[in-house]
Amino acid sequence: MEIRELTCIGCPMGCALTVEMDQGVVVNVTGNTCNRGKIYAEKEVTNPTRIVTSSVMVNGSSKEKMVSVKTASDIPKTEIFAVCRALKGVTVEAPVKIGDVILKNAAGTGVDIIATKNA
Amino acid sequence: MIDVTIIGAGVSGSAIARELSRYQASVCVVEKDEDVCSGTSKANSAIAHAGFDAMPGTLMAKLNVEGSKMMPSLSKELDFPFDMIGSLVVCTDPETKDALNDLLERGKKNGVEGLRIVEREELLQMEPNISDQAVAALYAPTAGIVCPFNMNIAFAENAAVNGVEFKMNTEVQDIRREGDHYVISTNQGEIESRYVVNAAGVYADAIHNMVSENKIKITPRKGEYLLLDKSAGKHVNSTIFMLPGKMGKGVLVTPTVHGNLLVGPTAKNIENKEGVNTTRSGLNEIMEKSAQTVKNVPYREVITSFAGLRASGENEDFIIEEVKDAPQFIDCAGIESPGLTSSPAIGVMVANMLKEMMNLQEKDDFISERKGLVNPKALTLEERNELIRQNPAYGNIICRCEMITEGEILDAIHRPLGARSLDGIKRRTRAGMGRCQAGFCSPRTMEILAREVPELDMNTVTKSGGKSTFITGADKEDL
Amino acid sequence: MKNYDIVIIGGGPAGLAAAVAARDAGTESILVLERDKMLGGILNQCIHNGFGLHTFKEELTGPEYAGRFIEQLEERNITYKLNTMVMDIFPEKVVTAMNREDGLFEIQAKAVILAMGCRERPRGALNIPGYRPAGIYTAGTAQRLVNMEGFMPGKKVVILGSGDIGLIMARRMTLEGAEVQAVAELMPYSGGLKRNIVQCLDDFNIPLKLSTTVVDIEGKERVEGITLAKVDEKSRPIPGTEEHYECDTLLLSCGLLPENEISSQMGVEINGITRGPFVNESLETNIEGVFACGNVLHVHDLVDFVSEEAALAGKNAAAYVNGSREENVSGREIKIVTKDGVRYTVPTVIRPEFMNDTVVIRFRVGGVYRDCYVSAYIGEERKIHRKARILAPGEMEQVVLKKSDIEAAGDVCEITICLES
Repeated sequence: MEIRELTCIGCPMGCALTVEMDQGVVVNVTGNTCNRGKIYAEKEVTNPTRIVTSSVMVNGSSKEKMVSVKTASDIPKTEIFAVCRALKGVTVEAPVKIGDVILKNAAGTGVDIIATKNA
Repeated sequence: MIDVTIIGAGVSGSAIARELSRYQASVCVVEKDEDVCSGTSKANSAIAHAGFDAMPGTLMAKLNVEGSKMMPSLSKELDFPFDMIGSLVVCTDPETKDALNDLLERGKKNGVEGLRIVEREELLQMEPNISDQAVAALYAPTAGIVCPFNMNIAFAENAAVNGVEFKMNTEVQDIRREGDHYVISTNQGEIESRYVVNAAGVYADAIHNMVSENKIKITPRKGEYLLLDKSAGKHVNSTIFMLPGKMGKGVLVTPTVHGNLLVGPTAKNIENKEGVNTTRSGLNEIMEKSAQTVKNVPYREVITSFAGLRASGENEDFIIEEVKDAPQFIDCAGIESPGLTSSPAIGVMVANMLKEMMNLQEKDDFISERKGLVNPKALTLEERNELIRQNPAYGNIICRCEMITEGEILDAIHRPLGARSLDGIKRRTRAGMGRCQAGFCSPRTMEILAREVPELDMNTVTKSGGKSTFITGADKEDL
Repeated sequence: MKNYDIVIIGGGPAGLAAAVAARDAGTESILVLERDKMLGGILNQCIHNGFGLHTFKEELTGPEYAGRFIEQLEERNITYKLNTMVMDIFPEKVVTAMNREDGLFEIQAKAVILAMGCRERPRGALNIPGYRPAGIYTAGTAQRLVNMEGFMPGKKVVILGSGDIGLIMARRMTLEGAEVQAVAELMPYSGGLKRNIVQCLDDFNIPLKLSTTVVDIEGKERVEGITLAKVDEKSRPIPGTEEHYECDTLLLSCGLLPENEISSQMGVEINGITRGPFVNESLETNIEGVFACGNVLHVHDLVDFVSEEAALAGKNAAAYVNGSREENVSGREIKIVTKDGVRYTVPTVIRPEFMNDTVVIRFRVGGVYRDCYVSAYIGEERKIHRKARILAPGEMEQVVLKKSDIEAAGDVCEITICLES
């Protein structure tokens, strides 16, 4: 039996989770306040993922020099830097609307990068 | 060939340049830093001392009292902030009260007017926050506070308008005499000059020793300070000194002309002429010592700390003279406190020396007045709106803490000897000098500098010249 | 002089939510004054996710969260002015403001909502000794440069202070190619949210050094190195524990201060602990018709609660200007007293006649407390006794009091919020 202590990042409450694992399989999660905590714990010990946010340059916007972006859904933690590198040198043309796809299938993750700001 | 080269654009060098610009002569000022007022002149107590401290008969005593008397009219002529708020030397031990009387007598001998001893009761009326131990004080009504930056800048700008050339980022490496003149080698090439004035602050010994066999030594004496928010600015009404000791005038507590509270300095001799770092022990010392004269200083309101170096000579007096084994070379060395107060008189004295030596004639077209930056806060609503109509930049606040507009920053950049760095803008306008210490306005001020100065962009804008850039590259550049 | 019913100072999250709620409560004449070139305030540079879980039940980035409220403002045609700095507010609710187009102008308001937010504590306020070179930034300044302008403020970074912006910037700088060597925290616990320590430091193996501070800064022109040292329980550096870091940048994330200079000038009484105004249950300051909300009232860690609080201020301001607010006939006030670990509360006073059915009391604790109870006493009677596994100064807490309980308690004049073991 393996025990792992985690802090839930599901929301800002940051519950202290205890995950009991048996040969790589989650047996029990305690310390969570809601079900999100259980889901997070199970994922974090088997396949941790993160949302990545960044900014890219925008051309032709009267108010913005850059537009903020994020991965449309979470990506494997191991791919964080690959996704950031994929955004190196990316420049978009205004107008940009929240939700517009900025980069498709970033770094082969299958996840798009979308705008989080209008510009 | 230049007639006179002044080394150093601090307050002494700039005052000399301004006084010399009354005469028909070619004058140049060389400054190793990127702006005027970059050394000792920018980090001090900002006090116009009344003149009771220095020993009667010294040059220091004479020039202090002269400078102090020039201050009210000069501050109007050159438009820099000066406020005659008076000073109090506070005695906290009945046993040392005699020392107050000694100081009073010394002041009288020096020619200081209006000095008197105030007893505890009156003192408490004048300064409700005076220490419970305070017994009596020497009151000097002619003492005041000045803006050291604007005073220095005002001298330099006025000199520049009257034809003096300022060479910034120009560091003197060697000086040699050739025939009837000097050749000054700098990192920007050589300058040939008939006369040289050494106003190099803590480096005045190095400059002097390039031309003379009679070596001098200037010791940097570090003084650390704490600056408090304007909310603490009324904690005292006048400049509060401790009874002076061997290492200077002790820790003072004073309002500044801009309404902050300034506490300091420490006094420590150091070797490093660039050693303007503050220390934990120094800052603690200020807080401890200030409590001897003023109680309940709200140190929670500290917005910044800084250190300056006094250019301390070996003889406890200014050295202002033609160097004996270097004719046509004038030292203006050992200008420690009260150097700021004395600077107007130093300017006149050195200019008069050169006038005699060179037989200089006055110019017909000398412009004696200088206008400082427009201060929108001093205007009425109608005047301010007229200003904004003419130049909308005066309606755009850049520094929120000090409420400084884009218009003032543009003026600071484009006036004679305009600012080329954030510190330069700060010293001229106060943008970035408030309670958030430029956290908010620095990116905006950087943008304005990058836009307005052709040779600058965001990557090359500096805090104070040299390698003090803010930006190290673009996002993701090193990924 | 122009007249508005409600003038809102600040178009960040607090100002936006207050404006929307005031309109929804029936006030037509509303003006929002914003000093920046766009609405949204600090959220515009907070490009990370984690906003909106309470308000919108989904996880948004800062600009998206702001975008939702800006949309609501636009839908309601609420008037706002950008690039406009409020210079002064007078107790009779005359607001002086300035911009390039209108110059300096005055507005007469019936009610004012203070929503100016906060600023970061600068280096000077921390008494960090050393030189004063370029390369020392507050975390927020660095955040703006990196996220909104595309400029890196440094390559090798040490961060002092583990407030949320500092933690967030440790990750942002890392993801933009800088090397973040350590985050030092003066206190024995972090001032930031736990989730940020996990996602911003642990994910990138950035060490968090607790009970540690900066004791020296080297480099006359640009930062060349800094020295960290452990501190004792009185925050004094312990000699012999110094560790030197070669770096070109020091970021500071050492606390936020509500920006109440214009509030104080107009005579609003400021709480020395929160540095925000003292307010009652209506979030009204000592000056009638002047309300406060968001980070200018007290520094929040979650924008969702800023929006909630600001909406209440907006609603109450609307009630004040439409005259629908009841008279405080009895003049009765119940003081909220804090003790045993509770540092402050917002509000500090409840007037039962003005109360809604419930009132939210927000507070922070003064240290880290494990396995204790959060209690609320109405008079002598304990009405709330809630178990808490962990309480930390970095996380705002709240209790909700019922009007019915307060009325039932009769003539009490004190409510006590405290921690109990």
